[in-house]
Amino acid sequence: MKIRIGFGSCGIAAGAKKVTDKFQQLLADKNLSIDVSVTGCIGMCFYEPIVDIIDETGVFTYANVTPDMVEEIIEKHILKGEPIQEHIVSTTQEPYPQLKNQVRIVLKNCGIINPEKIEDYIANDGYKALNKVVNEMTPDSVIEEIKISGLRGRGGAGFPTWFKWDAAKKSKGSEKYVVCNADEGDPGAFMDRSVLEGDPHAVLEGMIIAGYAMEANYGFIYCRAEYPLAIARLIIAIEQARDKNYLGKNILGSGFDFDIVIKTGAGAFVCGEETALIASLEGERGMPRLKPPFPAQSGYYGKPTNINNVETFANVPWIFINGGAAFAAYGTKTSKGTKVFALAGKIKNGGLVEVPMGMTLREVIYGIGGGIKQDNEFKAVQMGGPSGGCIPRALLDTPVDYESINQTGAIMGSGGMVVMDEETCMVDMARFFLDFTVKESCGKCTYCRIGTKRMLEILDRICVGNGGIEDLDTLQTLCTSIRDGSLCALGGTAPNPVLTTIRYFKDEYLAHIEAKKCPAKQCKPLLTYTIIEDSCKGCTLCSQKCPAQAITGELKKPHVIDQEKCIKCGNCVTVCKTKSIAVE
Amino acid sequence: MSCDCEKKLEAEFSANTVDLSLMDGVIDKFNRENGNLISVLQDAQEVYGYLPLDVLKAIADRTGNKRAKIYGVATFYSQFRMKPRGKYIILTCQGTACHVNGSDGIADALCEELNIKVGDSTSDWMFSLEEVACLGCCSLAPVIMINGEAYGNLTPKSAKKIIKDIYALEKGAAVNED
Repeated sequence: MKIRIGFGSCGIAAGAKKVTDKFQQLLADKNLSIDVSVTGCIGMCFYEPIVDIIDETGVFTYANVTPDMVEEIIEKHILKGEPIQEHIVSTTQEPYPQLKNQVRIVLKNCGIINPEKIEDYIANDGYKALNKVVNEMTPDSVIEEIKISGLRGRGGAGFPTWFKWDAAKKSKGSEKYVVCNADEGDPGAFMDRSVLEGDPHAVLEGMIIAGYAMEANYGFIYCRAEYPLAIARLIIAIEQARDKNYLGKNILGSGFDFDIVIKTGAGAFVCGEETALIASLEGERGMPRLKPPFPAQSGYYGKPTNINNVETFANVPWIFINGGAAFAAYGTKTSKGTKVFALAGKIKNGGLVEVPMGMTLREVIYGIGGGIKQDNEFKAVQMGGPSGGCIPRALLDTPVDYESINQTGAIMGSGGMVVMDEETCMVDMARFFLDFTVKESCGKCTYCRIGTKRMLEILDRICVGNGGIEDLDTLQTLCTSIRDGSLCALGGTAPNPVLTTIRYFKDEYLAHIEAKKCPAKQCKPLLTYTIIEDSCKGCTLCSQKCPAQAITGELKKPHVIDQEKCIKCGNCVTVCKTKSIAVE
Repeated sequence: MSCDCEKKLEAEFSANTVDLSLMDGVIDKFNRENGNLISVLQDAQEVYGYLPLDVLKAIADRTGNKRAKIYGVATFYSQFRMKPRGKYIILTCQGTACHVNGSDGIADALCEELNIKVGDSTSDWMFSLEEVACLGCCSLAPVIMINGEAYGNLTPKSAKKIIKDIYALEKGAAVNED
C-alpha cells in the first residue's frame, strides 16, 4: 500500500500540501506506516489536488481532495479496503477517459514517478538510452537516429533537431556547449514547467545524449526564475545523476565527460530567443545578435553552441529506447511524433495533453479538453502566445502540425492553447499581446521598439471607442514594417496577434470603431449599464457600492443609473443579487 | 565633456545606506566561480531584498566593470528591483489565461484591499504588489503568487481574504512575540 500525491506547482496551488500534511498527521495518529510520496503533474490540473492510493489490485485516483476527505479515505479505503467510488476518477482498470486518445512520450513519467528519486526514473527505463548511446553508438549514428525520428524543435520554430546537432558537431573547436532553453515565457504555456517538475531526469538524459552526439562536454539549463520548484528539482536531479556517474567524468565507463550547470533567468521574455539567451548566459543584457554566425558556429563566448527546448530534449531518451522509426510512426508527413499542449482559458478540462501530431484542434479541445466552460460558444483558440494568432471556429478541423497551423496565420509555438469563448473580446486580446510585446521588446530595433508602441496606442484608442476606420490600414502597414524591420522573432512575429484577429474577426473591430460597441461586453468604456425596472427590488446595495454616486432610488423601489455620472466600473453588476443590471 | 545622465539615472535607484560588507561573500563567489554579472546581481538582491545604489557601485568597482554596464544589466531584467520591498511580495500573473479569466478584477481588488497601486508597497512594508509574466499555472487562472507560493482560482473576494488572513497571521505573530 502506497499513497502518491500530485505535487506540481498547480497541485500545490490547489492545496496538495495541506492534503499531504493531513495524511501524514492522521497516519501518525493511527500508527500506520504507509509510504506517502510525491509526484509531478499528470496534466489533469482541473482534478488537483490528486491523490493516488496504490495497493496490490492497482491504482485508485481520488480527485479534488480536500483535507476533510482524508479521514474518510484512510478509514474506508486504506483500513477497510473499500474504495470510495464517488470521488474516484481513474483506476488501473478504467483509466482517465481523457487519456484515451493521448500518446505519452514526453509525459510518460509525469504524475507517475517521484521526480526527486532517481531510482524511480531508472526503474522506468531511465538512463537506458544513455547507456546504449555512449557504449554502443558513434556520434554520427546518434545524429542519424534523430534524423530518422524526424524530431523537430518543440520551442516554436520547428527546426529539424538533427540538423542543429550535426551543424554543432561539424563546427571546429574543442570546447562546445549544449544549452537547454527552459525560459518558457509565452503567457499561457506551461509544458516545460511540468516536464521539469515531473520528470527532470528525462531532460538531463536528452542533454547528455546531445552532448555526446556533438562532442560537447558542458551543458547549461537556462531556467526562468518564475519556476522555483522546477529549479529545485533540477538541482536535486543533477546531484543524483552525478552520484550515479550519468554526469561527470568518464560517464558509464565510456570515456565521455559531461556536466550540467543551471543558470537562472532574470525575467526577460526576449531571452527565449537563442542569441539573446546566449548574451544573457554571458551576463549581458539579453539582446539578440545578428545571425549568421549561427550559435552552432559561434555561440557562448564564441564557442559552438547548440540550443534546444526542454520538450525536444525530453523526447530524446524515448527515441533511443524505441527507435527513431517508432517515433516517426506517429504524426504527419512533415511533423513527426507527439506534441504537448497546455490547455487553458475557457476550457473545462484545463491541463496538459500530449497528442500525436495531426490530431485536429477540435479533437484536442472538445475530445480531450471537454469543451468550453459552462458550455459557452467557442470563439477562438490562441496558439503561439505573442508570436502566434487566434484561430477561429471555422478552422477547428485544422490538424495540429507545424505547416497547417502556420497556414492559419498562427504558429505552433511552444504549445500554449488558450481557448476563448463569446465573452472574450478579440480586439482586447490583440491589445493584450501588443501590451506584452511593448513591455518585453529589448529596444534594439526601432520598428519593434517604437512601432509596437504605436500599434498599442491605436488598439487602446479602438478599445475606448476613439478609433477611426483608417486605423485598420495604419495597423496593417505597421504590421508589415515591424515584421520586416526587426532582427529577431520577437519583433518579426509581434504583428501576428493583430493580423489574425483582423483577418478572422474584422466585424469586432468594426463594431468598436463604427458602432462604438464591444460585442463581447469586455471593453468597459463602450458599455452602458441600466437597471431593469421589472426585476429590481430596490435593495439599495448597488447605490451603496457605486463609487460615483450615480445610482439613486428609494428603498424597495426600482433604482436608476445616471449615465452622466456612471464611470462604468461594473460594481453594480457584481453586487446585484437579482441580476437586474443590463449591460449593453 | 561631461553630462548629468549618470546622476539622472542614479535618481532611479535607492540611495539608502547599507552594510557593504555583506557583499564580500557574493564577490568572493563571483571571483571563485568566474561567474557572470546576472548571478552577482541575483545574489546581491537575495542579500538586501533589492539593489541599492551603493551596492551597484560596489559591484562595478570590485568586478572591474563600468558602472554603466552594471546599471544597464540591472535595469534590463524585470527581476531586479531598485527600491526596497515589503515582507510579502504579491505577484499578479499577467498570462493570457489569467487575462481571459478576469485577472484585472483581481488586481483591482488587491489594490483596493491594500490601498496601493500596482508596483508600490504598503506603508507598513508588509506587502508589495507587482505584476509578473505568466506563472505557468494557467489551468488555475486567475493566479497570484505570494513569496513563492501560488494561489489559484481566485475571485476578487477570495483574493482579499488571502490578504486579510496574512494580516491576521502577522498580528497573531506580533502578539505572541510580546
